[in-house]
Amino acid sequence: MEEGFFAAFLVAIAFACLIIAGKTYDQVMAFHMSIGSLAAAAGAFVIFKHYFDGRAPAPQEVDGKPNYSLGPIKFGAWAAVFWGVAGFTVGLIIALQLAYPVLNLDLPWTSFGRLRPLHTSAVIFAFGGNVLLATSFYVVQRTSRARMPGTIAPWFVILGYNIFIVIAGTGYLLGATQSKEYAEPEWYADLWLTIVWVAYLLVFLGTLWKRKEPHIYVANWFYLAFIVTIALLHITNNLTIPVSVFGTKSYIVWAGVQDAMVQWWYGHNAVGFFLTAGFLAIMYYFVPKRAERPVYSYRLSIVHFWALIFLYIWAGPHHLHYTALPQWASTLGATFSIILWMPSWGGMINGLMTLSGAWDKLRTDPVLRMMVVSIAFYGMSTFEGPLMSLRSVNSLSHYTDWTIGHVHSGALGWVGYISFGALYCLIPWLWNKKQVYSLKLVNWHFWISTIGIVLYICAMWVSGIMQGLMWRAYDQLGFLEYSFIETVEAMHPFYVIRALGGALFVIGSLIMAYNLWMTVRHGEAEEADTVPAGSMAPAE
Amino acid sequence: MNETYETVAGFAQTWGLVYFVVLFAGVLAYALWPKNAKRFDDAAQIPLRED
Repeated sequence: MEEGFFAAFLVAIAFACLIIAGKTYDQVMAFHMSIGSLAAAAGAFVIFKHYFDGRAPAPQEVDGKPNYSLGPIKFGAWAAVFWGVAGFTVGLIIALQLAYPVLNLDLPWTSFGRLRPLHTSAVIFAFGGNVLLATSFYVVQRTSRARMPGTIAPWFVILGYNIFIVIAGTGYLLGATQSKEYAEPEWYADLWLTIVWVAYLLVFLGTLWKRKEPHIYVANWFYLAFIVTIALLHITNNLTIPVSVFGTKSYIVWAGVQDAMVQWWYGHNAVGFFLTAGFLAIMYYFVPKRAERPVYSYRLSIVHFWALIFLYIWAGPHHLHYTALPQWASTLGATFSIILWMPSWGGMINGLMTLSGAWDKLRTDPVLRMMVVSIAFYGMSTFEGPLMSLRSVNSLSHYTDWTIGHVHSGALGWVGYISFGALYCLIPWLWNKKQVYSLKLVNWHFWISTIGIVLYICAMWVSGIMQGLMWRAYDQLGFLEYSFIETVEAMHPFYVIRALGGALFVIGSLIMAYNLWMTVRHGEAEEADTVPAGSMAPAE
Repeated sequence: MNETYETVAGFAQTWGLVYFVVLFAGVLAYALWPKNAKRFDDAAQIPLRED
């Protein structure tokens, strides 16, 4: 039944893509439709092969314990490592391009304008997205004590999502973009992501439906809020009409300030629900697990959850101060941003205090230390964000590097570190290893990237505030004191420091990739007697 | 036009406030209700119960 549905669906997609690829005059479209057609045909082939091999479906339970579906999680975890290293490296390249513009190479495909969305999408959606997919599938199964429904559906979600990443990323390099920040992929990629996302929601809900545990653990609430809200945001912000089915270009149904408002309602909640709610779910599962203590206050986690999701959705307009957006809307956005201090810090306290009575573990366990520092960064950037949302502060900070510094303290510190911590836990668990290959290397990763983050955000703070002050400086006669190019020149040293910080962060991620690889290859097995020899190879 | 704006803004400023206060009170009551304490303590242990 499931096999038949997916096989028919993929065969239909393969033919539809083939027809479009054949008829289009748009080279990017032809390239993407060829990828789509090949991927769909490969998927259908695998399903047919499994069917005719007569493979029995995996049992729901083995020896009275749930038989968790781990294959898609293993793929997602490694995809996250790969995209992470790739995305950080592209970030380093564009940081160097800003310091040394000659590195744009005078080619359209390698110019900053095309590589920048490649960087943001690679780190947010490819790295972060795969971390969220992998951990959510793991956490929802473990805390529900039930196997995910379906054999093909979870694979469809994880592989389909990564196909979307490839389509989106190559599209940017080839010049196909909607020019909406964090929503750059064109209409056909958006449509594909919608299908994948609905399948994701169904797999997640299906696991909750099958749960043996009466209570739905708080991490699952955060994951669910993330999945549902991202669906809503993605569909609303991508209500576009393609010029032709055979071309990449499309136009959004609304225009002007309405479009801007929807875009930043989307943009801010991508931060709120993708980069915050989703990763808070990771915090609520992995920190207690690693510290071997329950979360500090389960009651606080409930207040945290409902307050966060009801408040975040209103904060978007603070991205549009001093624009055509009415002032009341921008005041509303700033007000809700300030109120967000409470749930954000409530969550931070809840995460940090989980360690109360076990603070000594920070000395011995660099993985836990990474996660605790990530929560500290969460507190720091959610304190800074509402400040920057005030009109008076925003008039200085907006359009300057301060914003970039703020975003990266959240992205590198909070999202990056909680993800690294989760991967350092998850990969040994998935491959039945006692521990990561080397805690010493985790320690090196921690310190190298922490120095990198500090260099990065300090450079951007100084550069951003300087830039903002130079822009608003007038001489005695009322003329602008500095020309634009003078501000750019003044920022050069900070761009170099920022690139250095980025390089350290990339080195840290490479150390992690090596360490995780060695964990899978040579890590010490959890229980030597119960693990069969063949368990080194990925399941399924 | 201005009147419509005033009406909408007035509605949002009063009922929006009531909506959020009621919502927050509800969440607090649910989280702090003494009867729920045991359930929540039990739920907090879910990740630590290995199988």
